[in-house]
Amino acid sequence: MHFKISKNLWLVAPAAIMVAILFLYPLCFSLYSAITLDNGSFTLEHLHTSFELYSNDILFTILIVLISVILLALLSTIIAALIVLSPFRSVVLILGVLYRLPLFIPFIVTAQMMRTFLAKNGLMNNAFIASGLMTPMDTVSFLGWSGIIITFVWKQLAFSTLLITGAMSALDESQIRAARNLGASRFKILTQIILPQIFPTLGVAMVLSTVTMMSVLSVPLMIGTGTPTMISADMAFRVNSYGDYHVANALGLVSYAICAGLAWFYLRHSLKDKGATA
Amino acid sequence: MINTHVTIQSMVLEKLKNMPLKFNFWLQILFILVFALVLFGPIVNLLIWTVTEVWYFPHALPSQWGFKYWHQVFNPYSNVSSSLFTSIIIAILTVCVCLLVSVPAGYALSKRSMPFRVFWMLLFLIPQAFPNLTVYMNIARLFYEFGLNGTLLGVVLVHSIHGLMFSVWISVAAFSTTDPMLERASRNLGAGPIYTFFHIILPQAAPGIIASCIFVFLESLDEFTGTFFVGAPDISTLPLLLYSASMEGNYQIASITALILLVPSILFMLIINKFMSPEMLSKLGK
Repeated sequence: MHFKISKNLWLVAPAAIMVAILFLYPLCFSLYSAITLDNGSFTLEHLHTSFELYSNDILFTILIVLISVILLALLSTIIAALIVLSPFRSVVLILGVLYRLPLFIPFIVTAQMMRTFLAKNGLMNNAFIASGLMTPMDTVSFLGWSGIIITFVWKQLAFSTLLITGAMSALDESQIRAARNLGASRFKILTQIILPQIFPTLGVAMVLSTVTMMSVLSVPLMIGTGTPTMISADMAFRVNSYGDYHVANALGLVSYAICAGLAWFYLRHSLKDKGATA
Repeated sequence: MINTHVTIQSMVLEKLKNMPLKFNFWLQILFILVFALVLFGPIVNLLIWTVTEVWYFPHALPSQWGFKYWHQVFNPYSNVSSSLFTSIIIAILTVCVCLLVSVPAGYALSKRSMPFRVFWMLLFLIPQAFPNLTVYMNIARLFYEFGLNGTLLGVVLVHSIHGLMFSVWISVAAFSTTDPMLERASRNLGAGPIYTFFHIILPQAAPGIIASCIFVFLESLDEFTGTFFVGAPDISTLPLLLYSASMEGNYQIASITALILLVPSILFMLIINKFMSPEMLSKLGK
């Protein structure tokens, strides 16, 4: 038996070592580098510099992530609820195929699509002009903060809806049927029976989406023109133009903090829920 | 006279009863319509740009259409074909690296008796739980010391770490579905452990492992951030080429490159759509 266990450990070892060297070590190093000088002594100078230079961008990043997450949660819940609760089979079928469309479209392709679609002379404005809703003089370019949000929501919606639809259809169907027999409307079933039970999945989907949004470099580089910009673009700039890893890592620390903040918010809520029922 | 009046009244009542349902139906259809427009708009715009030769601001559509840029792209000496080649080589190598480490790991982790099983599973989840931009930056710095920056091997390693989570988790799920009785029977009949693994266990897990390979292949093909830090400017993959073409304002080349990247993704979606139901996803990792 003992022999078998150690053999299994050997089988996991190569993959685990790869994660340790290529992910955990750089991760720890980024934390270390953010709060130390070149000689290894502790300092808050880099964090101070990054707040001084990029406080606008940090605020901008938090706003973009928050707005995107709220929009994502709303839209994906609506779509998933329609798929699970709608009495019209055709609606369910069409929606089920449609929402998965962006799932496998790469971020960089999405960024390129949106760069042309949302531009001043993009198809969106052109369609508004052609339908008479706008004159060519009124058009504005959406490249900027709104473009970044639109791109993130467009791409991530498929993923979060997939998770939430999965959670909703894994629910015990007899509860929904019982509620319906007792005369509950569909809206009431959604808000009082389904949503409380899928809250953990919704939270996980939102936290994972936040992590994705903070890691994607192509979207802020290609859509977010001018200032302010997202801190991911600032980090790339800091490294590529100045070779300044300390400040870039300090900004990285801020991006971890933003993700951790959202994760903390989610955990606190789910713990509170558990405390209430216990 | 009175009778007809009554029937009309009942008909109106009947209609009123059905009204909310009908209203709901049209509301939902409207939602789908808007949703479809929002989804397809950017894709259509991309497709138009691939066959555009001249498109100036006030015009709603290009003033000159044509395949001029396609010829430019598929010219054997263009950057696109060499980048496509590099991208595919990197993706295939990444799949090989991921397979090599994740098949044994997946097999070991599929055993419930594995000590600290949850810990190992979480370890492979970590690369998805942190924003990896900062990590890639520091990997690039680390690789610089070993001379791995701008080499094929460096890019393959970065892509592998990104793909490892998919390949390990899907391999665990695939090996969990294999029948332990067959394994025991094979061993009882005198087959060695290695023979049993390759002839009895691996064939049963093959569909899942192939699915994980496709995932890793696509992830590697579409990876931008890691290549941007580790590979550029020596290694040019399709996403890097797309980025630089787009930043130079060369939207035709960028759009055609994007379309090339889209083809494997859409093919994959059609294949995987059958396997990847939300119900199955909710079982992943259990």
